[in-house]
Amino acid sequence: MKGGSIELIGVRKAFGPKIVLDHIDLKVEPGESLVVIGGSGTGKSVMLKCILGILPTDSGTIRLDGTDLASASRADRTELRSRIGMLFQGGALFDSLPVWRNITFGLTRGRATNAKAMHAKAVELLAKVGLDAPVADLKPSELSGGMQKRVALARAIAAEPEIIFFDEPTTGLDPIRADTINRLIRGLVTDLGVTAVTITHDMASVRRIADRVAMLKDGRIHWEGKVADLENSGNDYVDRFVHGRADDGETG
Amino acid sequence: MNALVAFFARPGRATLGALASIGRVALFTLRALGAAVRPPYYFGRLIEQMLIIGWFSLPVVGLTAVFTGAALAQQIFVGGSRFNAESTVPAVTVIAIVRELGPVLGGLMVAGRVSSAMAAELGTMRVTEQIDALTTLRTDPFEYLIAPRLIAAVIVLPLLVLVSNALGVMGGFLIGTQRLGFNVTSYLATTRQYLEWDDVSSSLVKAAVFGFIIAMMGCYHGFRSMGGAAGVGRSTTNAVVSAFVLILLANLIITVLVFGT
Repeated sequence: MKGGSIELIGVRKAFGPKIVLDHIDLKVEPGESLVVIGGSGTGKSVMLKCILGILPTDSGTIRLDGTDLASASRADRTELRSRIGMLFQGGALFDSLPVWRNITFGLTRGRATNAKAMHAKAVELLAKVGLDAPVADLKPSELSGGMQKRVALARAIAAEPEIIFFDEPTTGLDPIRADTINRLIRGLVTDLGVTAVTITHDMASVRRIADRVAMLKDGRIHWEGKVADLENSGNDYVDRFVHGRADDGETG
Repeated sequence: MNALVAFFARPGRATLGALASIGRVALFTLRALGAAVRPPYYFGRLIEQMLIIGWFSLPVVGLTAVFTGAALAQQIFVGGSRFNAESTVPAVTVIAIVRELGPVLGGLMVAGRVSSAMAAELGTMRVTEQIDALTTLRTDPFEYLIAPRLIAAVIVLPLLVLVSNALGVMGGFLIGTQRLGFNVTSYLATTRQYLEWDDVSSSLVKAAVFGFIIAMMGCYHGFRSMGGAAGVGRSTTNAVVSAFVLILLANLIITVLVFGT
């Protein structure tokens, strides 16, 4: 498998008077893992949704593997999305479907076809995220928040996508489970050549997952560099963010 | 001059807001209709929605019809007795039930039960990003969520209203024969004599239109939910209120068109 590229050129997005993304330029090479960090409410999730075509941008261009999703035909968009996986912050599992159908939803496009093979595929993916086979037959409401997150991760990787987006993949997980997920994401990039874009506040995850780090602040890419340079970024805000240090007089 | 601008600003903004809402509903409806006629078709979900909208609404629609038909027959008898027209009970009951009360009350009851449920379910899916997840999983939310609900409501409402009409007439029949002293045979004969095909067909047309309104309002308001649990609550209320108002408006328009001359 070979990952696809992601390119943002002058992307702008505002909600009413509030400018969330202010001419963002960003490029992710095929097979690279980019982690986007930044304070809460700085537009990281909005940026992901713009890249995925869920939210329209006000201006600018977003290319996934060279294709502009916004202007692509319906067929091209569907084809492109078959090569993309997404883990949502809250899991976004479908309440009405059992876990195994949630995981294989992208493969069947929501149809209850080929149930036996799909169930087996779901069990296989559950094992990858550290969950047992009986979980496959439960409803999402019967799972803890951490388990839901891991099921959502299994769903995101089920179709073996070339580009995967992770929105807070380790939030709500204990440190050991979080490390399992970090290893899985890193393995997808290193072993399979998948392109990954991850949003996280968890600095342990950043160090484990990232090839490159971009910091979003005030709607712009405030700092961008290799993960190895994160500790010595020369940028005061990045330094404070990395070490969780509030500014004097900063009350939150 | 400024005072004049200020005077017109509020109604101007309200008008623009109303026009924008109509435009949004129109675009949503067009997209929903496109999804309903275009493959892929989700037959499993269609059957599921037909059961939810139709089968599970039967008790409430049926009881409403029986009680309304019975009360109506009693009222016609009492009112008619003022000018010696008690014998009109079977004829007026069947016409009132089939033309108006069956479809309207059935539509309103289903709107209360189904529009709210659709808005709440889709609203929750919206605020928990499940609708966004559908998009990323190569599934058009309009095809997967909206189209089955829309088609199911349009198919099922006429069937529900047929049952509602029958039960409403039966309610009148029970009161007429068991309490008001009508003869069973003559009550049924008069009912059959005064019931025309136009009454039934207009009833079914109304029901299909009401089904469309119920599904569209439930889906539209649910789909546009925002702002967490409070937003879902608002959507649910808006779905029911707008469905009620539109059903009554559509009923008036269809009645005038069919029976206005």
